[in-house]
Amino acid sequence: MSMFITLLPEIIIFLGGCFLLILGLFIKKIKIINNASIILIIAVLILILFQPIQSILENSFIVDEFSQVFKIMILLGSLSCLIMFNSSNEDLHINIYEFPILILFASIGMMIMVSSNDLLSMFVGLELQSLSLYVLASLNRNSLLSSEAGIKYFILGALSSGLLLFGISYIYGFTGNTNFNLIAVNYNSQSLGLLIGIVFVCAGLAFKVSAVPFHMWTPDVYQGAPTPVTGFFALAPKIAAMGLLVRFLFNSFGEIYFDWQQIIIFISIASMVFAAFAAIAQSNIKRLMAYSSIGHVGYALIGVACVSTEGLRSLVIYLLIYLVMNIAVFSFILSMKRKDEYFENISDLSGLYKNHPFASVMITLTMFSLAGIPPLAGFFGKFYIFMAAIESNMFILSIIGVLASVVGAFYYLRIVKIIYFDEPQEKFDGFSIKSLNFLFYPSSVLITVFCFYPSPVINIADFTIRSLL
Amino acid sequence: MIDFPILSTLLAIPILGILFMSLIRANNANAERNLKQTALWISFLNFIASLALLFSFDLNNPEFQFVEHYFWLDSSISYHLGVDGISILLIVLTTLLLPICILASYDSIQFAVKEYLISFLVLETFMIGVFCSLDLVLFYLFFEGGLIPMFLIIGIWGGERRVYSTFKFFLYTLAGSVFMLLAIIYIYWEAGTTNVVDLLSYNFTYSEQFYLWLAFFASFMVKIPMWPFHTWLPDAHVEAPTAGSVILAGVLLKMAGYGFIRFSIGMFPDASVFFAPMVFTLSIIAIIATSLIALVQKDMKKLIAYSSVAHMGFVTLGIFTFTLQGIEGAVIQMISHGIVSAALFLCVGVVYDRLHTREIERYGGLVNKMPFYSFAFMIFILASLGLPGTSGFVGEFLVLLSIFSVNTYFAVFATTGVVLAATYSLWLYRKVIFGALVKDDLMDILDLTKKEIIIFVPLIFLTFFIGIYPKPVIDIIEPATSNIVKNIQGKLS
Repeated sequence: MSMFITLLPEIIIFLGGCFLLILGLFIKKIKIINNASIILIIAVLILILFQPIQSILENSFIVDEFSQVFKIMILLGSLSCLIMFNSSNEDLHINIYEFPILILFASIGMMIMVSSNDLLSMFVGLELQSLSLYVLASLNRNSLLSSEAGIKYFILGALSSGLLLFGISYIYGFTGNTNFNLIAVNYNSQSLGLLIGIVFVCAGLAFKVSAVPFHMWTPDVYQGAPTPVTGFFALAPKIAAMGLLVRFLFNSFGEIYFDWQQIIIFISIASMVFAAFAAIAQSNIKRLMAYSSIGHVGYALIGVACVSTEGLRSLVIYLLIYLVMNIAVFSFILSMKRKDEYFENISDLSGLYKNHPFASVMITLTMFSLAGIPPLAGFFGKFYIFMAAIESNMFILSIIGVLASVVGAFYYLRIVKIIYFDEPQEKFDGFSIKSLNFLFYPSSVLITVFCFYPSPVINIADFTIRSLL
Repeated sequence: MIDFPILSTLLAIPILGILFMSLIRANNANAERNLKQTALWISFLNFIASLALLFSFDLNNPEFQFVEHYFWLDSSISYHLGVDGISILLIVLTTLLLPICILASYDSIQFAVKEYLISFLVLETFMIGVFCSLDLVLFYLFFEGGLIPMFLIIGIWGGERRVYSTFKFFLYTLAGSVFMLLAIIYIYWEAGTTNVVDLLSYNFTYSEQFYLWLAFFASFMVKIPMWPFHTWLPDAHVEAPTAGSVILAGVLLKMAGYGFIRFSIGMFPDASVFFAPMVFTLSIIAIIATSLIALVQKDMKKLIAYSSVAHMGFVTLGIFTFTLQGIEGAVIQMISHGIVSAALFLCVGVVYDRLHTREIERYGGLVNKMPFYSFAFMIFILASLGLPGTSGFVGEFLVLLSIFSVNTYFAVFATTGVVLAATYSLWLYRKVIFGALVKDDLMDILDLTKKEIIIFVPLIFLTFFIGIYPKPVIDIIEPATSNIVKNIQGKLS
């Protein structure tokens, strides 16, 4: 019975998804399926809040504060993606009612990921998520870019799953266990095989969070996938993979952190620096957001690399703020349309403030927030990250980090420049779509007023990491 | 009156004003006029509030007054405000310049008026916040936050090369400031607090001071700006709209000077003493080099911008003497420069509005057509070069006095800066105002309007008031300054 209750959110989404899949065969109305999925997710969100804390299946599936908060973030990401899809499916010419169902299944996979405490459940969750995402990326069958994105993502994703599995087999072979807690008891820290295992698993997970040097798929997939899917990529899977990475590293190898800390530091620096420079030359806003997300992952990874309470706390704060900022940005990108044509180039934004003054102000604030300029929320995310880094005496890392953020500020400012300094164009229709405004304005306002009352987010972060210590 | 949160009120009035203004639709000329009127009243109200602050300020109390202390991020990073004699004057300077800025942009800003006014009011909140925050994180928040509205002001309403200038301004300042952020975080872990009052009595080890001082210096030297990182300033000034230049020269540069006084020398006295010769050298280079550069400028705004760098050189000279006169002189120089350079940019704005050029060559003989303008311009030019009887003299004199007591050679070099200032200022004045009125487009140029006279009168009054009778100002800053000097000497010995 306790097993049933613990798995209830996943089971509900699964059964609901299957039911909708069958229902969709008969009614063929995407709106209904989509709205039903939204309701399903909201119901599960509420359910998660009231779940008791326990672990089942011989400690391989855990529900604790950490998994609860991460699941809520993931479901919020899925929810906003479905809302975005609701407003755009007709204009994007995606008449595939499986879309919301795939999102649901991907969400199950991600929920299993952040709850898993075992190499097996971890891999199952990861694959369920990845397979759904491959299909989602190539959902727009009529578009060459989307198909290309799907194929690219699939091939590279399969490769990374292979790496991951290879690493898992090493870890299993050298410790004799698949459970994270048992691995922590049974490893021999001198073992080279174990180290190889850790490296490969880290590489596999770095692919999932799209950290440099495993980032190659990100720009193409972001650009090619339909915008609601891109939003989904930026929101949920990153957070889930980050949660999984933390639990894997801390629960099983927390004691020998010096073995993997350098890896995380390296990919963190590489992501921050690479993203800051690579994004400068982009002209497609979705591609730019891909590089931006790589950069943000780099900062979030500093929180992991600190191997401290402060680090994990800052990671959770960073991810929460990242989630809200990306909801704002992607609902904004989806609003850039005239009739049924969507615009994705940064230059299409020129002179936006003439026609849409309020939306321009809010996206400008969001851009400054992404760049980490006070007093907006993004600054506090970076502030806590660097606080953790300095506490762990990682001065070089923090200096590289802040300098990368200065370089990174340039490309966010470029968007502001195009919105305000360049010649105006025609109006966009998308800024009057209610469901997008429902996502865009609250999230961008939250970013702006965060500085007045930051304690809820900080308290959530404290709550989240309680179970990891 | 004592318990009333007057500093928070000062911060809140512009924000509430923005919320109010965002309800007004700016769809026609009339509505835009109303918006300007509203913004003017909001900023004027804030000025009145700051005067109330000034008059209820206790002159004999060297500690921070009107202190507000609330929970913010955690138990040691708090919302902590307070003013002493130095910051209170800078706050009043800010609130005084804001209505002037808005008044000065009544006619020159033609599009996106609402955004423009909102930017200025946001900027006002940030600037006041810089001067009254007693928590390092809060200070950083205000210090950096001011970049956003200033970026937009230069970028949207600026001149031809505005994009280049505003990016340069933003990225230079940001790059300098991020080091300060890291230093603040280090202080948080080392001292366990970011409360400025506690930190002023905290003793950092010598090597800590060394790095922390450099990190703070990186931020302030770009902002103030010091040679060789001053190059963003002329660009930003030239491209900014008149009001933007006024606020940039009048207040934004002072934030760095204030930071030096409050944080660098207060928290890291050993490092400050160690680095003082370097600061002196850089300041002297700044004074002489930028004065020479100012001599060959063709653009009026650029000339005044370079003179700003030279004048801020005196401020840093004064601060790093660690003497009472030096720091007092630096503060008075900051206030005086805030008034005089702001007024000079307004003077340029007056003729720019009429002729739409800032080239010195295009002017000449204005005295024949614009007597009132020539009079006002003369006063500010003379104040800028430090004529006795004007505010510019008091600050420069005190600074030179103190630097002389520290090192004669530096004093000699610094004094040549005064001579050079006279050279380029008078050269500018002669070129623009005197000579024969031969240029065709100058023939029917109009003298100051009523609005412009209203703008200049308070500035002229203050220039003379501080110049002739500086005692009230010195009375206000003296307790705070002597407190700072005592604190430094206590820590050094």
